Amino acid sequence: MIQYIMQILPALLAGTKMTLSIFFWTLICSIPLGAILALGLVSNFKPLVWVLNVYDWLMRGTPLLLQLIFVFYGLPVIGIIFQRYDAAMVAFILNYTAYFAEIFRGGFQSVPRGQFESARVLRLTYGQTIRKIVIPQVFKIVLPSIGNEVINLVKDSSLVYVIGLGDLLRAGNVATARDVSLVPLVLVGIIYLALTAVCTIVLKMIEKRSNVWR
Amino acid sequence: MLEIKGLTKKFGSKTVINDFSMTVADNEIMAIVGPSGAGKTTLLRCITGLERVNAGAFYWNGKQFDPVNPDKNDTIIGVVFQDYQLFPNLTVMGNITLAPTLVKKLGADEVEKTATALLERLGLGGKENLYPYQLSGGQKQRVAIVRALAMNPKILCYDEPTSALDPALRDEVAQIILDLKKQKMTQIVVTHDMDFAKNVADEIQQVEQIQ
Ligand SMILES: Nc1ncnc2c1ncn2[C@@H]1O[C@H](COP(=O)(O)OP(=O)(O)O)[C@@H](O)[C@H]1O
Ligand SMILES: [Mg+2]
Repeated sequence: MIQYIMQILPALLAGTKMTLSIFFWTLICSIPLGAILALGLVSNFKPLVWVLNVYDWLMRGTPLLLQLIFVFYGLPVIGIIFQRYDAAMVAFILNYTAYFAEIFRGGFQSVPRGQFESARVLRLTYGQTIRKIVIPQVFKIVLPSIGNEVINLVKDSSLVYVIGLGDLLRAGNVATARDVSLVPLVLVGIIYLALTAVCTIVLKMIEKRSNVWR
Repeated sequence: MLEIKGLTKKFGSKTVINDFSMTVADNEIMAIVGPSGAGKTTLLRCITGLERVNAGAFYWNGKQFDPVNPDKNDTIIGVVFQDYQLFPNLTVMGNITLAPTLVKKLGADEVEKTATALLERLGLGGKENLYPYQLSGGQKQRVAIVRALAMNPKILCYDEPTSALDPALRDEVAQIILDLKKQKMTQIVVTHDMDFAKNVADEIQQVEQIQ
């Protein structure tokens, strides 16, 4: 048993690497992009707000799985070709940016007007106000919702399976089919649990640190 | 000396302030009193540049200025809001030093020294590292006063400084305002509380609701 586990573990860990790569790149790109989009969403420039709302609606109103298939299998039909990994990145970043934008929008809107006015009377610039006053407050407000999305992303990353990327789930599935054993799938489950547990712990730590003020 | 001439402010078709003029002498406490809805807050928001006026002009020592686009290097107006609007994510010290360091580009040491002295003067010594949520209402108000003073305004304005305080603290604010007057601070106090106005003010300006 132990021997069998040792035998399939390298393949599973290679899959985990792919899963983590999608996870981190999506977060690194989508969180800042989402924050920037949210600034657009709360702006007074109507055409921009409209465009961003349509984007949001498309991304959040259709399954990520469809978006993934669309980018990888659909777009080549009109001559836009992505490698598997790039296709996954495009779909995930576009999708998660929309979710994060919506979360940040809510965050920005919950900073009281008075905070902006207070900063304005002290003659801080808009940029200084955003950096020193608004972002720290928004960050604290959105942290729990961002946390949910982060956990979702760990699990959603398994969708890349459909475009043939060798992630954790695929590695487990391959081994199960080949060896007619449940062990690989159980191991896959354990690794996902470990990943989400680490995320939860890190998020709790960040939340605790952000609780020095209220 | 602050002069306001012919100030008119409308929200849509509703005129809230009509052709209002007043003069605030140096080192004077001017109280602006009137019933709720008379437009006192709106007047203050015009003076502080948070609202655009429909007509009228502002002069500081005979020189016209635009509250909406104030001079980068010269703070004329400082404000203490009715609900203080401290920045919850910054400590007392952070709240006070933020604008002087970012806007006036003063050195952190210098700013902290001034801030510490001001805090001491308003009985807030030792509270530098607390966050606003850890302060009482009266303490928050005093931090807001110090924060405004740290920018070295020519005139300090208050919107309803007694409204959120219990009666015992009213006298304390009055004392602070009178102390600041001794330090040659010109102040404008907006309030619906006539007794309080009579206590602190050198001059009282009535405003009435426009029909
Ligand atoms: N942003 C605004 N838009 C429309 N009406 C406003 C706005 N701000 C204040 N008003 C109106 O102006 C009037 C004066 O309000 P305010 O200045 O707050 O009075 P006060 O501070 O004397 O109680 C009120 O009738 C209020 O409804
Ligand atoms: Mg008012």
